[in-house]
Amino acid sequence: MSYTVAALLGVAGALAVDLAVLRTRLVTRAVFWATYPLIVTFQLLSNGILTGRRIVTYDPDAIIGWRLVYAPVEDLLFGFALVLLTLSIWVWLGRRGPVRPLGGWPRRRVPAARTGLPRRGPPPPTPTARTRSGR
Amino acid sequence: MRHLAYLFVLGGCLVAALWLEPVLKVGVLRRWRRLLLTLLPVVVVFVLWDLAAIAAGHWTFDPAQTTGILLPGGLPLDEVLFFVVVPVCAVLGFEAVRVVLRRPAGDE
Repeated sequence: MSYTVAALLGVAGALAVDLAVLRTRLVTRAVFWATYPLIVTFQLLSNGILTGRRIVTYDPDAIIGWRLVYAPVEDLLFGFALVLLTLSIWVWLGRRGPVRPLGGWPRRRVPAARTGLPRRGPPPPTPTARTRSGR
Repeated sequence: MRHLAYLFVLGGCLVAALWLEPVLKVGVLRRWRRLLLTLLPVVVVFVLWDLAAIAAGHWTFDPAQTTGILLPGGLPLDEVLFFVVVPVCAVLGFEAVRVVLRRPAGDE
């Protein structure tokens, strides 16, 4: 089996876990697709170093030959499978675990400018719990 | 120093992501049990994939740019750490995006 086929199977497996096994359905959620471009950016950077400096080398016969920042395109599939499996299990555990207070969420809105993330329009009307003053 | 090249890349990933814990208060490291439980199956699955890929000759590692610590099957320790570091960074990024966007992820 080539790396190309293995990577496609890896993506299929991760999708099966997300959609059918754990049913976290992350690939249907905006928060996942908002996260993924950030992760891919860092993946291209780190993977580019690993392959560009030839820390890792690939058998030309195992890959299709298309490369992106030195790395074979198969690495994108490999990374997608790794990230989707990880986040699916993380969310699934959060669903099953003890009820988590939303204490980890900041009470104030984090300005989009500070994170470099695109701002998605005006904030939704926030329900009472989070805007309640004097807690 | 050259044999630390792979570890430097992993360190760079951690530096790029770990600040999210204190600054955005994502609470990923604070929920370390959940994080460990997430890592366990991921590391197992991807180490098995890696071992199969090494056996099939899909990829090789430069001994001069890795720690030289090899696990059974010729798997460098560096590569195992990759399967720890990348998922941790991914969860940190995911929770950070969630904090910023305030969109449901399915475990609320």
